[in-house]
This record gives sequence, C-alpha cells and structure tokens, in this order.
Amino acid sequence: MTLFYGTELTSRLMLGTAQYPSPEILADAVRRAGAGVVTVSLRREAAGARAGQAFWELIRGLDVPVLPNTAGCHTVREAVTTAQMAREVFGTDWIKLEVIGESDTLQPDMFALVEAARILTEDGFKVFPYMTEDLVGAERLLRAGCEVLMPWGAPIGSGKGLNNLFGLRALRAHFPDVPMVVDAGIGVPSHAAQAMELGYDAVLINTAVAKAGNPAEMARAFAMAVEAGRMAYIADPMEERDMAVPSTPVIGQAVL
Amino acid sequence: MTAPTAFPQGPGPRVLVRGAGVSGLTAAVTLAERGARVVVHECGPRVGWGASWKAGGMLAPWCEAESATPEVTAQSLASLDWWDAHVPGVDRNGTLVLAPARDVREIMRFGRRTSHYETIGEAEITQLEPDLADRFSRALFFAGEGHVNPRDALAALAARVVELGGEIRFNVPVDEQPAGFDWVVDCTGIAARDELTDMRGVRGEMLLLRCPDVTLHRPVRMLHPRIPIYIVPRANHVYMVGATMIESENAGPMTLRSMVEMLGAVYALHPAFGEAEILETGTGLRPSYPDNMPAVRYRGRHIHINGMYRHGFLLSPVRAAEAADIVFGAA
Repeated sequence: MTLFYGTELTSRLMLGTAQYPSPEILADAVRRAGAGVVTVSLRREAAGARAGQAFWELIRGLDVPVLPNTAGCHTVREAVTTAQMAREVFGTDWIKLEVIGESDTLQPDMFALVEAARILTEDGFKVFPYMTEDLVGAERLLRAGCEVLMPWGAPIGSGKGLNNLFGLRALRAHFPDVPMVVDAGIGVPSHAAQAMELGYDAVLINTAVAKAGNPAEMARAFAMAVEAGRMAYIADPMEERDMAVPSTPVIGQAVL
Repeated sequence: MTAPTAFPQGPGPRVLVRGAGVSGLTAAVTLAERGARVVVHECGPRVGWGASWKAGGMLAPWCEAESATPEVTAQSLASLDWWDAHVPGVDRNGTLVLAPARDVREIMRFGRRTSHYETIGEAEITQLEPDLADRFSRALFFAGEGHVNPRDALAALAARVVELGGEIRFNVPVDEQPAGFDWVVDCTGIAARDELTDMRGVRGEMLLLRCPDVTLHRPVRMLHPRIPIYIVPRANHVYMVGATMIESENAGPMTLRSMVEMLGAVYALHPAFGEAEILETGTGLRPSYPDNMPAVRYRGRHIHINGMYRHGFLLSPVRAAEAADIVFGAA
C-alpha cells in the first residue's frame, strides 16, 4: 500500500485535465482510466480571479480526488499565490508544485522549487513537487517538508519516455520509502509500465492521453500498463544477464 | 414594450430572434427565407457584438477534424455553399497547413487525424503562396475549404434579413420581454449561460495585423506543439491571427503572454511580419457545451441555438435550418 500524505489512492494512474478535445471526452478518459487523481491547472485556466469557475466545476464533477497544480508559474511568489488560490477553490491542501525555470524544456527551477515547497509546507500544504531526478534536490525537498516526490521522465509534453533511467533508478534506490510519481514526458503505455517496473508508486499523464486520436481508449491502455508494471514490480522481475541461460537443460544433448 | 406594429404582412409565424451574431443572423435569414416574419433584437449597437466579431471565419470542415468529432465535419460539409449563396466575398482557395522544420512531425499527426488533403512539397507551396517560398518544405493542402470575413458576412446577412422583410433593432435591453411573437429563437451566446446551466465560456484571443510586405491567399494554419496559430487573410493586407483556447470565462483584455506567443508564431511564419502594424487585439468567450458541439434545444416555443464553441461560422447554417424545422413543424 502506498500512502500519499496518509491517503491511499484507488489507482496509481494520475491524469492531467488539459488539452482534451472537450470536457465530455475528458470525463470519458478519466472514467476509462479509473484515474486515482486528476490534476488541474489554475494559473493558465484562470487568467484572472474566479474566471475558471465553470471548468473547475466540471473537474469537481468528475468525482475523483483533485490535485491542483501551479503549471505555468515561473517564480516562488506566483507559485505560492496560485497554491493558495487552489486551496480555496478546491478545498484541498494538496498541491502539485511546479516552478518552471527554463522555457524551452519547461525544466523545473529546483532552487525556487525548494523555497516554494518550504513556504507552502509551513503554511500547511501537502506538496507534490515536480522536480528533475536530481538526488540532492530530492534531499532538499524532503528536508523542506515534502513527503512525496514527482521526478520528470522527460520534458513536459515531449513523449520521450524515461530519459534518464540510471537517474530514476538511483532516486528510487536512495529514497525507498518516499512515495514517488513519475510526472511528465511519458508518451506511450510502455513508458508508464517501465516507470512502475522501476518501483515508482504512480505515474502522471496528460498530453499522451489528451492528444491521442482516441483519448478514452488511450486512457484505458495506460491504466492497464500501470497495473501491469506494478504487478511486475511486486512479482520481482528476473535479473538481466549478458549470457543466454537456457530455460531447458542442455546437459546430455549434443551441443556442437 | 409591445410587439412591433410594422410586422410584415403574411401568414408566416412571427419569430423573435435574440442576438445578431452569427447564430442569430443565420437563423433570421433562414427563417425569413422560409416565410417567417422575423424581428432580431440585439443588445449591442451593431451586428456581431459578441464572439462572432472575433471569429476567424474559416470554413474548414476537414481541418477541424484534427480536434473535433467526426460529426462536426459531417454536418458542416454544406456550409461553404451556404455562405457562398448568401454573402459576397466567400473565398474558396483552400487551407494550407504547415509547420516549422523542427515540428514537421506535427504535420504527420495532423494528416493522420484529417482527410481530403494533399501532401505537398516546396514547389507546390511556392506556387500556392509565393511569399512562403524557401521557408517550408512540407505542407498539407485542403483544397476544398474556404473562408469569409466574419464582419462583412454578418453585415451582408443583416442586409438580407431586411431585404426579406425582417427588422433588426439594436441596443435592446436584455431584460426586455416583447409580446406578440409566436416563437423566440435565443442566439445570445455566452449571455444565455444562466439559462443554459451546462454551458461555459472558453476564452479566445485574436489579433488583427496589417502587413503590406506579405501576401497570403488563403488561411494558413501553423502547427506547433505549444502554440498552434492560424492566420486568415482579409482585404488590403490585413490579417486575422487566432486564437488561444483557454478554459476561462475572463473576457478581459489580451494577456502579454498570449500576444508574445502568437506574434512569435506569426514572425516564424514570415519574418516580414515583424514590420506589421497591430490594428486590434480582441478577446471573446466561445459559448460551449460539455461536448463542445453546437446544439439546438427548445422548450415549447422557446428555442436556443447555442454552444457554438469554435464552430460558429461552420455550423450555424445547419443549426439555423434545424431551428427553422422546429418552427415550421418539420422536426
């Protein structure tokens, strides 16, 4: 059982809610995914106080726990203000904290992230920080009060899968007891399965589902992959080897 | 207030159309052509006081299939002919879809989701749009599409309503309840959201540029994973650039971020746009149902044509015909 700030989720697949062809198709995808959490961006959708109400109402109507995010924030102050607004709008102290540091890769600004995480944790928030797979950064975020980590697989929306397998393995191994979610960069279900096989506790997907030709069908495919990956991890996969190891004995048979 | 006394004579039903945007005016024309006696009430001082004024006016049933359901395409195939038959200045030069070299995979994705196009190379791009020579190596050409200038088209429809014996009144207070009508066709867009509770506004931002250095003959859609834009040529080297899609009901002025992103994309289409004058920036709210599909709904003799989303010009003729079917008992 994995607890995210004391809460067990009904599914290890988290779904973002942006970029779907319509709210109806979004709702369909969330249902088919059996998503454990949906994330929603406040900053971009708001474009001013309260203006996102109608869309947020639709999100609340999905009847899935909401993890608001601070997507599009570039500074500590923006992120903190957006988080406070999110708490009011959705009545939750969960916040997926994004502080973007570079606009081409949308890479997180780890320094600002740690600072914002500290401020928000002190303010009672339960912070899910969107981070690079940096070990030292992870350490700092945990020290700032985070109890969940969300390393990227690859840049947001790139669909490249797990860019740094070594880094993600190292991160998982260093903090075996911290719930961790691979967030961003996942393109196809096999990427999600791979993250789960590494021992990650959940994955967060948005573009790969929203921009698929058939989002609902893709959502289901991801749900199956996440489940398969998790089962495989628990079942303890075999080790990789450099040599062939025959599955049937060869002793006593002619080899050459 | 009482009903207008100068109803056109005749046996047709008396219909009040609320709203002189694209839904209202297509409905008014369609109803009047079928013999209804039509009065249009508009709360603003001119036609297209709402979202229609900011529309691109693209009549692109095939391109829309990239993100819309197949019904949108299927239902809008006759749109181009409808507009051509009703307003002057309909261009039928097709649509060009392209992407910067590094995003050329976006073209393949667009192609997979759509149909009725031809994949063309540099030579054909140059032939269609000489000003884009040497800039793009690959494009999709949707020859069967077209576009109108929404502002001219709305004015032409308004004139047609009057020609058919109808009447258009401006600056009519929204709470006015006129009597004497057999039917009310409400086409007030986002203003009807209190009545249509599942409707929401989707913010869109657009720009009008004048750029004598660039000549384009047809709408160009430039694909980009983050900032897809379209640019629609109007007369005299004026270009309409659209449009953001933001789940927000803020109709306030355009943001700097949106403007920077859109203008950056235009500049990437052709650097000569760097010298363009910015004539206008605009923001509107697209009235949208949860399936983003325009719909006709009615209770008794009160009909709503609404939820046009980004398909106002594309789907209003067919929705107007559906509303007219209800009024004339064919539904």
